[in-house]
Amino acid sequence: MLEHLNTSLRGIGHRVIDRMWRLGVATRFFITALALSGESLRRFHLVIKEIYFTGVLSLIIILVSALFVGMVLGLQGYNTLQKYGSAEAVGVLVALSLVRELGPVVTALLFAGRAGTAITAEIGLMKATEQLSAMEMMAVNPIARVVAPRFWAGVISMPLLAALFSMMGVFGGYLVAVPLIGIDDGAFWSQMQANVDFHEDIVNGVIKSCVFGVACTIIALFEGYDAPPTAEGVSRATTRTVVNSSLAVLGLDFVLTSFMISP
Amino acid sequence: MSENIVEIENLSFSYNNRLLHQGINMCFPRGKVIAIMGGSGSGKTTLLRLIGGQLKPQAGCVRVEGQVVHEQDSAGIYRLRRKMGMLFQFGALFTDLSVFDNVAFPLREHTNLPESIIRDLVLLKLNAVGLRGARDLMPAELSGGMARRVALARAIALDPAIIMYDEPFAGLDPISMGVIVNLIRRLNDALGATSIVVTHDVHETFAMVDYVYFVSEGRVVAEGSPKELRESCLPFVHQFVHGEADGPVPFHYAAPDYLQDLLHA
Repeated sequence: MLEHLNTSLRGIGHRVIDRMWRLGVATRFFITALALSGESLRRFHLVIKEIYFTGVLSLIIILVSALFVGMVLGLQGYNTLQKYGSAEAVGVLVALSLVRELGPVVTALLFAGRAGTAITAEIGLMKATEQLSAMEMMAVNPIARVVAPRFWAGVISMPLLAALFSMMGVFGGYLVAVPLIGIDDGAFWSQMQANVDFHEDIVNGVIKSCVFGVACTIIALFEGYDAPPTAEGVSRATTRTVVNSSLAVLGLDFVLTSFMISP
Repeated sequence: MSENIVEIENLSFSYNNRLLHQGINMCFPRGKVIAIMGGSGSGKTTLLRLIGGQLKPQAGCVRVEGQVVHEQDSAGIYRLRRKMGMLFQFGALFTDLSVFDNVAFPLREHTNLPESIIRDLVLLKLNAVGLRGARDLMPAELSGGMARRVALARAIALDPAIIMYDEPFAGLDPISMGVIVNLIRRLNDALGATSIVVTHDVHETFAMVDYVYFVSEGRVVAEGSPKELRESCLPFVHQFVHGEADGPVPFHYAAPDYLQDLLHA
C-alpha cells in the first residue's frame, strides 16, 4: 500500500517537473523569438505572407461561425428579454456578449483549431524533413526566418479576426432580431450605440484578442518546433496545440476579465 | 594556411547515454574528396553535425580552418557555416518554394545582390547540375535524384570551401547515382572545395574519392586510399567492402542464448 502510494507520488512529481521544464523551455523559446524579431519586421513581406496563411485563410470559418453565433445570441437573447419586456435590448446583449467575451474567445479557439494546427504541422514536418537543419547549416537561424514571421502574423491576425467575428456576429443578431422577429430597427442600433463603451468594452476586447493571439501562436510554434521528428510526434504535437491553446485561452480569459472588471 | 581545412582531434560524443564516438581523429586536406564509411547507426551523420556545429562533443574538438567549432558563439558558428554547404540525405528542399527559389534562398539571405544577378547565379548553379529547365517546378514534382541535384545546387550556391554530403546515394536508381557521383567529383574540382561524403555505398564511393575513413563502434577502424582498402586484410574492411552478411559485424543483434530464450518462454 505504502509502496503504491510512493510510486504514485513519484509519478506525479515527475510529471510536474516535466511540465515545469517544458514551460521553461517554451518561455525561453518565446523570448528568443521576440529577440530575433528584428529581421522579420525589417523584411515585412515575410510577415505579410504568413498573415495570408494564418489570417486570410481563416476568414471563412471565422465569418460563418460568427454569423451563426450572432443568430443564436439573437434568438436566446430575445427569448429571455421579452419575458421582462426588454426585447429591444437584444442588440445590446448581442453586441456586449460578442465584443467582451465571445468575439475574442471563440475567435481564439477557432484560430487554434484552424491556423494553430496548420502552423504546428508545418513546422513539425519541416523539422522531420530536415528543412530546419538545412536552414541552420546555411547559417540562417530558423527562429528568425521561420518562427518570428509566423509569430507576428498570428499576433496581428488575431485582433483583426476577432473584430470581424464581432462585426459578423452583430450582423447575425440583427438578421434574427429585426427582419425575423420584428424588433424595431432604430431601437436595436440606438440601444447598442448608447450602451457599448469604447474603452470598457471594445478596447478590453481588443486587449484580450491580442493576448490570445500571442498565446495561441507561440503554443502552436513551440509545439511544432519541439515535436519529435516523426509522423507520430507531429500528430501528437498538433493535438497538444489544440488542447493547450484552448486551455490557455479560457484560463487567460478568466484572469483578464477579473482584472478588467475589478474597480 | 593549414593543409587541412577540417581536423577532428580525439573526439568523443555520446547521445542518450550511448557512446557514439570515442577518441576519433580525422584530417580533411583541402581540395580532396574524402569519404566517411561505416554501417548504419555508426554515427557518420553525427560527425557531419559535429563539423557543422549543430552538436557539441563531450571531449576533443573539431577544427574548421583552424577554429575550434564548439568554442564559437552562435555568430562565430554562423560565420563558419557560410563556408560550408551541406547536402542532406533526402535533399531537405523547402517544400513551399520552387526549385529556383530554393537555390536562390542562401543568396537572398546572405547577400544584397540585385535580383538580376541572383537569377544569373541560380541559373548557373542549376545548369551545373543539369536542371536549369526544372527551375519552375516545385519540390513535390521532382524525382528523388532530381531533388538531390537541386539540393546540391543550393549547397554550392555560395561557393563553399567545404561541401558535406549525407548519404547522397540513398534510394537512387543507378543512373541518378552515376550522375551524383560524377557531380560530386566534378563540382569539388571546379570549385576547389573539399568534400566530405558520408555513405555506405562502397563501389560508387571508391570510384570518386581520394581517401576513406571506416568508422565502427565509435572508432576509426581503417583508413586509406580506395586502392589500399580494396586490398586490405582487416576483417571489418573485408566484410564491408565485399558485403558479407556475417563477420566482425555480427548478423545477430546482441541477445541471450537462443536455447535459454526458448526454454524460458
